Amino acid sequence: MSAPHRPVGDRFRRYRTGRGGGEQLTVPPAEFTSYYGRPVLKPPVWKWDIAAYLFTGGLAAGSSLLAAGGQLTGRPALRRAGRVTSLAAVTASAYFLVNDLGRPARFHHMLRVAKPTSPMSVGTWILTVFGPAAGVAAVAEAAPWLPERGALGVGRRLLPGVGRAAGLVAAATAPALATYTGVLLADTAVPSWHEAYPELPTIFAGSALASGAGVGLLAAPCAQAGPARRMAVAGAALELWGAHRVETRLGLLSEPYRTGVPGRLLRAGRTLTAAGVLGALAGRRSRLLSGLSGAALLAASVATRFGIFHGGVASARDPKYTVVPQRARVDRRAAQG
Amino acid sequence: MAEAHPVGFQWVMEAKRRGAKVFHVDPRFTRTSAVADSYLPIRAGTDIALLGGVVRHILENELDFREYVLAYTNAATIVSDRFADTEDLDGLFSGYRPDTGSYDTSSWQYAGHEGHAEITGTGKERDSAAGLRHESHGMPVPAPTQRDETLQHPRCVYQILRRHFARYTPEMVERVCGIPQDKFLELADAWASNSGRERTGALVYSVGWTQHSVGVQYIRTGAIIQTLLGNMGRPGGGILALRGHASIQGSTDIPTLYNLLPGYLPMPHHADHETFDDWVDSIRHPGQKGFWGNSRAYAASLLKAYWGDAATPENDFCYGHLPRMTGDHGTYQQVLNMIDGKIRGYFLLGQNPAVGSAHGRAQRLGMANLDWLVVRDLFLIESATFWKNSPEVATGEIVPEQCRTEVFFLPAASHVEKEGTFTQTQRLLQWREKAVDPPGDARSELWFFYHLGRRLREKLAASPHPRDRALLDLTWDYPTHGPHAEPSAEAVLREINGYEVATGRPLSAFAQARDDGSTAVGCWIYTGVYADGVNQAARRRSRHEQDWVAAQWGWAWPANRRTLYNRASADPQGRPWSERKKYVWWDPDAGEWTGYDVPDFEKTKPPTYRPPEGASGVEAIAGDDAFVMQGDGKAWLFAPSGVLDGPLPAHYEPAESPMRNPLYGQQANPTRKVYEHPVNSVNPSPPEAHSGVFPYVFTVSRLTEHHTAGGMSRTVRPLAELQPEMFVEVSPELAAEAGLTHLGWAHLVSGRAVIEARVLVTERLTPLRVDGRVIHQLWLPYHFGTEGLVTGDSANDLFGITLDPNVLIQESKIGTCDVRPGRRPTGPALLDLVADYRRRAGMTPQRRVPIVTTDAAGGGDAAGSTDERSAGASADEHEHDGGGDA
Amino acid sequence: MTGAGMPDADSRHGPPDPAPDAGWTDARPRMGFFTDTSVCIGCKACEVACKEWNDVPGSGLDLLGMSYDNTGALTANSWRHVAFVEQPRPAAPAADAPGSAPAAAGPQFLGMPGARPPGRDTGAQTRSDFRWLMMSDVCKHCTHAACLDVCPTGSLFRTEFGTVVVQEDICNGCGYCIPACPYGVIDQRKGDGRAWKCTLCYDRLGAGLTPACAQACPTESIQYGPLDELRERAAHRVATLHERGVPQARLYGHDPTDGVGGDGAFFLLLDEPEVYGLPPDPVVTTRDLPRMWKRAGLAALAMAAAAVAAFVGGSS
Ligand SMILES: Nc1nc2c(c(=O)[nH]1)N[C@H]1C(S)=C(S)[C@@H](COP(=O)(O)OP(=O)(O)OC[C@H]3O[C@@H](n4cnc5c(=O)[nH]c(N)nc54)[C@H](O)[C@@H]3O)O[C@H]1N2
Ligand SMILES: Nc1nc2c(c(=O)[nH]1)N[C@H]1C(S)=C(S)[C@@H](COP(=O)(O)OP(=O)(O)OC[C@H]3O[C@@H](n4cnc5c(=O)[nH]c(N)nc54)[C@H](O)[C@@H]3O)O[C@H]1N2
Ligand code: SF4
Ligand code: SF4
Ligand code: SF4
Ligand code: SF4
Ligand code: SF4
Ligand SMILES: [Mo]
Repeated sequence: MSAPHRPVGDRFRRYRTGRGGGEQLTVPPAEFTSYYGRPVLKPPVWKWDIAAYLFTGGLAAGSSLLAAGGQLTGRPALRRAGRVTSLAAVTASAYFLVNDLGRPARFHHMLRVAKPTSPMSVGTWILTVFGPAAGVAAVAEAAPWLPERGALGVGRRLLPGVGRAAGLVAAATAPALATYTGVLLADTAVPSWHEAYPELPTIFAGSALASGAGVGLLAAPCAQAGPARRMAVAGAALELWGAHRVETRLGLLSEPYRTGVPGRLLRAGRTLTAAGVLGALAGRRSRLLSGLSGAALLAASVATRFGIFHGGVASARDPKYTVVPQRARVDRRAAQG
Repeated sequence: MAEAHPVGFQWVMEAKRRGAKVFHVDPRFTRTSAVADSYLPIRAGTDIALLGGVVRHILENELDFREYVLAYTNAATIVSDRFADTEDLDGLFSGYRPDTGSYDTSSWQYAGHEGHAEITGTGKERDSAAGLRHESHGMPVPAPTQRDETLQHPRCVYQILRRHFARYTPEMVERVCGIPQDKFLELADAWASNSGRERTGALVYSVGWTQHSVGVQYIRTGAIIQTLLGNMGRPGGGILALRGHASIQGSTDIPTLYNLLPGYLPMPHHADHETFDDWVDSIRHPGQKGFWGNSRAYAASLLKAYWGDAATPENDFCYGHLPRMTGDHGTYQQVLNMIDGKIRGYFLLGQNPAVGSAHGRAQRLGMANLDWLVVRDLFLIESATFWKNSPEVATGEIVPEQCRTEVFFLPAASHVEKEGTFTQTQRLLQWREKAVDPPGDARSELWFFYHLGRRLREKLAASPHPRDRALLDLTWDYPTHGPHAEPSAEAVLREINGYEVATGRPLSAFAQARDDGSTAVGCWIYTGVYADGVNQAARRRSRHEQDWVAAQWGWAWPANRRTLYNRASADPQGRPWSERKKYVWWDPDAGEWTGYDVPDFEKTKPPTYRPPEGASGVEAIAGDDAFVMQGDGKAWLFAPSGVLDGPLPAHYEPAESPMRNPLYGQQANPTRKVYEHPVNSVNPSPPEAHSGVFPYVFTVSRLTEHHTAGGMSRTVRPLAELQPEMFVEVSPELAAEAGLTHLGWAHLVSGRAVIEARVLVTERLTPLRVDGRVIHQLWLPYHFGTEGLVTGDSANDLFGITLDPNVLIQESKIGTCDVRPGRRPTGPALLDLVADYRRRAGMTPQRRVPIVTTDAAGGGDAAGSTDERSAGASADEHEHDGGGDA
Repeated sequence: MTGAGMPDADSRHGPPDPAPDAGWTDARPRMGFFTDTSVCIGCKACEVACKEWNDVPGSGLDLLGMSYDNTGALTANSWRHVAFVEQPRPAAPAADAPGSAPAAAGPQFLGMPGARPPGRDTGAQTRSDFRWLMMSDVCKHCTHAACLDVCPTGSLFRTEFGTVVVQEDICNGCGYCIPACPYGVIDQRKGDGRAWKCTLCYDRLGAGLTPACAQACPTESIQYGPLDELRERAAHRVATLHERGVPQARLYGHDPTDGVGGDGAFFLLLDEPEVYGLPPDPVVTTRDLPRMWKRAGLAALAMAAAAVAAFVGGSS
């Protein structure tokens, strides 16, 4: 019977899997049932600002590492750019985070508890350490502009030291800041996030490094930019490897990362990363090329973060990503007896 | 039942948990079908064919409970040799009078009683819905009857029944109803095999059976089955009408119906009941047996309750103050009278006819032609805003600025905001406390009528006019309390219960009522509800603290008896039919009837009692006459009187049907009430030409999520959002045929109106193959109107007005229509569309609906509505809130 | 993916009784719901009772065209949701083969007509038999509740009855619980920002009352009580249904060894969970959290190492 309406009740959908490269789910069942095609899960209510936060958080982490490296190896341009970017980025992060709350005025309720089972709680405390440190480090950059005498003179004398300490604190926290967000996303029922939990921290770490490197490439003279170039390469490697894994390893759940807007974003991210790295390597002597590569890396990071974010959202919106893998799991268990 | 009585349905589910098998017969697959063991889709309006098939199945296979049938029914009684059946007359019974469209019932009488038929022609009975005025008590017939205990006499009821239903074979059931034979046989088998000595079955029905032009005969057929199977008067048996509004049962006991007074005393007719004695004798039938013999005491006590000191034996207890009927004062006649300008003022309480009553347009046009209208309701309903917000305003038929009706809207207190009783389907009165104060100006009905009466009496106090005596002589002295002087509902209950005038002592049984003015009783069947000065309806003893009959929960009329005719739960000798089903029995040692329930029999009358020659009244009831309210003490398989459209049920097509009656030349009920009025019309059905213009059957009923006309659900957000739009359900096949799409729009056209609805395409509706053709049925809820949070067109606009002859209930379950994709036209174009359909269907002003469609009648077409003795009497101006219910 | 990679036994972290686990020294017996969908009549009394008692705002006036379901899903404004599934009846199981005498076996099925409604294979209309399933869904009050685990404010907490409740004065609307719930239950209320869901009528429980929805349910489809008792009752019910020829009957969420450690509100279903919009094999996301932190730690180390290498590795 060819009903003129969408059949009510159970509904059959057909799909083909791509080249599922993963360990399992290479041959998912061809049909699945759902309730009027409605999502089983609630897609995240987080708006774009959480994707932006992923980027700014990573940028803050990456640039604080850059700053610390510059500080320790005597590359003031890197240090300065890193510290300033880090503060700007972490400030933006805080804004995005608070802005996304349903009740922003209750932001401080986050500080009621410290819960290791809640990556958001962990992240809050990481930010609580990182943010002020990054802030102090950045403020220390203002020391040279302070008057030599008076109370501010004391600041002028003390600040560089405090800044150095703060910069190191920030740098020490930075890897946590950059990678906890991977757990933040993975620790949900969102299929394509959750199943990507082994890779998400790596991608985000890579993306953070690359964006930090991008800042270095943009801000530092060619002479000081060497570490930034190498950071870019390392970051890109981590990011590209991770992204490749989530786009191929997850079988059906890789699909949201390959198709639609998230697919386009991730492809753009990959292209930009590659271009950024190539440019960084090729542009050792060209400030312009270095700058362009830096910009490309930053843009790549933005694209990757938004791609991962929306890929997850898409996987929560379509019930097939929830039902098919779970059904396969049940069937497999049943087959095993 | 799951849809409209979910709370009652818990017991069906409980029975199912214990292994019962549930059958559901319905034109569409409902929430009830979803949990039933077997679902039988049926063509709407054909249940008599199905049930007749069950009767035949029982008789042909001798599955009846023979001892019960012989002892307690009129199966053995011989019927007059003048009786002719529908089988002989192609769908008519003997005695049909084409001029009045009604029956002379003398040929239906028991042999030897032909002359007793007090009614020779029932047109007037129909107009006053008098046929069943005694409701469950039936019409008395003289006691001695001729019987053939072998059931072989060709004119005994048993054989008549066999012949009458002989053609209702499984094949015929399939042909008429669209139910396959195996499904039918499964149902019939289950019914029969779960009845008898050890088992009983209950029959539950509601308005899917009543709102038909043959509604009463639906129930009659069910009653025949239940009687044949011995399921009456026994525990777990019976026929239960699931009532509608809370206390709909109460509103027939203490009636809101124009033809009844409290306790089923008939409203006097101006011509027939000139004197108190005329009236009383028409109820008690002097010389006949049964409990109606005491009606003089009930009647006198009622008038005494009304007019107190002024009512004396000398002045016939102010009988002259009682209003009289002059003909049909039913709600539909009144609406037509409003349109004709014959009624100028109207009180509307707790009813929303603009949406809830058939032919919505007629309802609204009628109300728009009044001088004044008082609406008391919880919400501002369509019946109060029709003048500014009805489909007729859109079409220009009602112009708000010119509408002459002055509408007074008075907010009413809801049931939780006032105290009182509800009477439910088991005749159980349950007292309800007030939970919260009514908001603002909202007041109870009791408050309204008491203070209205008080003020009127004050205004008229000095009136010299005799016509005002009825009001001024009333006892109107209820105690009041609270800041708004709320009358005491308990005091009213006490008056209903009845009391000794001299002492004020409440009566404890209706037998204590007297015809000498020494007792006053508001409703004799309720006597005992205030026995010993205690509000018995307020009893709430837990079922865990008493036996399973739970006699101490609330109070059931009459006499707190939970099952009527329970004498039938014992065999003729007074022994329980079976240990399992024992209920009420004769205790020879104690010399009295005993058991779990209050026996529906004189307590000490032994089973062996035989009345002396010439006895009458209660004395004439034999010790094995279980059906004590019947003139012959028997349950009637064949009804010699009381049912206006025949002593036996016969399948007739609904007034509007796409099908020719497969059983008889007579298409539809020949006694149905048809109103020939310019505003009213009936779509053509075979054998009339052009029935194809309205090829589809639509049926209308309820959604769990809404309540009736919607005033109480479309206004309440948590309910409104559950079913937020008017919709029509169609099968995928019909959707394909008519070009309808899921969630798209459709409009439905009848000869009266066009309405629109969103489309739900669902397999819960199925095309039926009947009599060689495919019939498509559509389903609509009737809850929508123009007010409230969610609005939509009203299904009732599609209907015309055709009524069952016995109780004047409208045929609002089924009609014919056409369906088209898309939204309906608006404004004058809408009227054009309907006019176009009417033209194509031949619905011209000259057309008369053919009543008789068989040659057997030997006459031409009959008029629909004639009161043969008072035809000339024009309907009075009555402010009456009538309306039929389950 | 995780499922097969990790032994399922891993999911059994924590004791089966969550209230003491949450630190309640005076924990009460764990209370919950057994929703027997085989007797649900889709009356939605539960939906309405919940809204009335808990003062839940309206959820919109939309005709969804999903059978009689115009609620659509569990949301911040609908804490009970009655699903209506119109579907072809699955092929008759062998035990219930047509022609076999159901009369002898007693009533055959609760939940669908016994055989094909007629008219369906006559002439042009061919239609497989079909049935109408109804199921009242609610928060599962999981033993291992992801929503609670991930809540950064402590707004979500475990009550002494073992139920999971949001404290509306604490929740800051971070939204984390929402994608964390494997059943798609908890939801953010628009215009309010906070997360809302069934409280299992915490206020009523405290007063010794039955939750409003269960109280209103006419057919006892929603049964409320101590979870242990309910599990027993449910097992019994399934057995009865199987005896009566309803092999489709199955429990869902009753198993303390499942991915969420068993639900405080579990169900008897007549088809696969996904037919009703339920996940077939939900797993509390935090089950993998230790491994996630480990991966994050590795990534962080890699990041730090990369940074160090970048600065010490070269000259330019
Ligand atoms: N939720 C809710 N409950 C209610 C009400 C309400 O509006 N909403 N109204 C109350 C009132 S006032 C009343 S009177 C009762 C009515 O209670 P019901 O009579 O149960 O209500 P309906 O839904 O009108 O009709 C019942 C069924 O009859 C079917 N039907 C229609 N025509 C035929 C026919 O010819 N033969 C057969 N066998 N079935 C047919 C319809 O498809 C419908 O499923 O409900 C009461 N309860
Ligand atoms: N086509 C079709 N038509 C039908 C039916 C059908 O099945 N099909 N069913 C018929 C049946 S069975 C019925 S009962 C009718 C119902 O039709 P109506 O009685 O016309 O409709 P209701 O909406 O029930 O109207 C009752 C009104 O009483 C108000 N009310 C409630 N409590 C009180 C109170 O205490 N005092 C006062 N003053 N007002 C109060 C409510 O707000 C409501 O507006 O519809 C009939 N119409
Ligand atoms: S509304 Fe009242 S009378 Fe009707 S089913 Fe519910 S509880 Fe019973
Ligand atoms: S079902 Fe979802 S919202 Fe309810 S307790 Fe479990 S995780 Fe939390
Ligand atoms: S939205 Fe509220 S309840 Fe949910 S995780 Fe955030 S703070 Fe907790
Ligand atoms: S338990 Fe209470 S809060 Fe939860 S669904 Fe039922 S009524 Fe609503
Ligand atoms: S109240 Fe009970 S029967 Fe009604 S829909 Fe809810 S669970 Fe089903
Ligand atoms: Mo009704």
